[in-house]
Amino acid sequence: MLKKLFPNKIISQSTNTLNYLLILLLVFFIAGILYSLIFSPPDYIQGDSVRIMYVHVPSSFIAVGCFGLIGIGSIINLIFKIKIVPLLTKSIAPAGCLFSLISIVTGSLWGKPTWGIWWVWDARLTSMLILLIFYIFYIMTWKYVNDFEKANKISSAIGILGLINLPVIKYSVDWWNTLHQPSSISLTSAPTIHYTMLVPLIIMFIGMLIYSAIIFLMKYKVEIMKFKLSKKKNYK
Amino acid sequence: MLGKKAKSRLFILSAILTLLLILVYIIFKSLEDNVIYFLSPTEIFNKSNISVEKKIRVGGLVKVNSIQKKDKSIDFIITDLKNEIIVSYQGIVPNLFSEGKGVVVEGKLKDKKYLIANKILAKHDENYMPPEVSKALEQSKN
Repeated sequence: MLKKLFPNKIISQSTNTLNYLLILLLVFFIAGILYSLIFSPPDYIQGDSVRIMYVHVPSSFIAVGCFGLIGIGSIINLIFKIKIVPLLTKSIAPAGCLFSLISIVTGSLWGKPTWGIWWVWDARLTSMLILLIFYIFYIMTWKYVNDFEKANKISSAIGILGLINLPVIKYSVDWWNTLHQPSSISLTSAPTIHYTMLVPLIIMFIGMLIYSAIIFLMKYKVEIMKFKLSKKKNYK
Repeated sequence: MLGKKAKSRLFILSAILTLLLILVYIIFKSLEDNVIYFLSPTEIFNKSNISVEKKIRVGGLVKVNSIQKKDKSIDFIITDLKNEIIVSYQGIVPNLFSEGKGVVVEGKLKDKKYLIANKILAKHDENYMPPEVSKALEQSKN
């Protein structure tokens, strides 16, 4: 599986993989949207505005997860200096950045009807905004620092710094009083979401994961080509 | 498995990371008052230096049978099941504001038991279920 991500294989294989993923994406998105917007029940307190959850929660998960990968990649990158790693982490960033933005926007759309306010500076919302800023800095570094080695080092530092923010996001609702409610889904206890709402949430989550994978693969392919091209130039 | 260079880089990086973590911890500790979004009635009761000038936020449950509406103003009691604060507010309350549910109010304290709010936010919990399930749950409780 992992071997497929190696530079020589990716270009020949990725078109096929992308097509499969696109079909899967279509299936999951259609099923997910129908289920979450039509077939799932309204919430007993929030009514229909609970449907924002089916976009908000998966986006937040993916935004945090992607930065986790970037952070771990950055550590490996600084210690082992494997050439392929910065290309991988660089390609994860756009999907993560997009989903952290979606998470914040849908969050405030959800906050207005439920809390009565678009935005508050509580620990969860603020740490999520910091995550988005980290993504923007990470991407800007790759874009505007022209020297590859330099950009690699700076972006890795940003990735590692941003890694510290992730447990703050995750546990902010437990450590401090926040307006944001605690997690409904955890590894250690049963979810506090009724299964008729949990199923569409999971379908949407898988759909968005596939979408992120597609964005990642497309970006990664371009990065590999660019890298090879720059090498060729240097040889001349 | 690790080369000599990689080993030294690992050492330096983990040292920097540890320092950073301690730094972040200290920052959060010293900023705790700002990081906490609201205080509970008990925390206000126990606090010695409460300012009546500064805006504060108090969170808890709206006490059952405590909402009193007069014209445009609304009075109710916030409780954390140990201590209570009477809140007085003028304006529109959010849709999810109701008795027995979570609420965060922002305003100025008159004293430790009385707060004049200028903003009310509804706080909801992490439970999501269809209305039928919630009805069934309530019936099984009674």
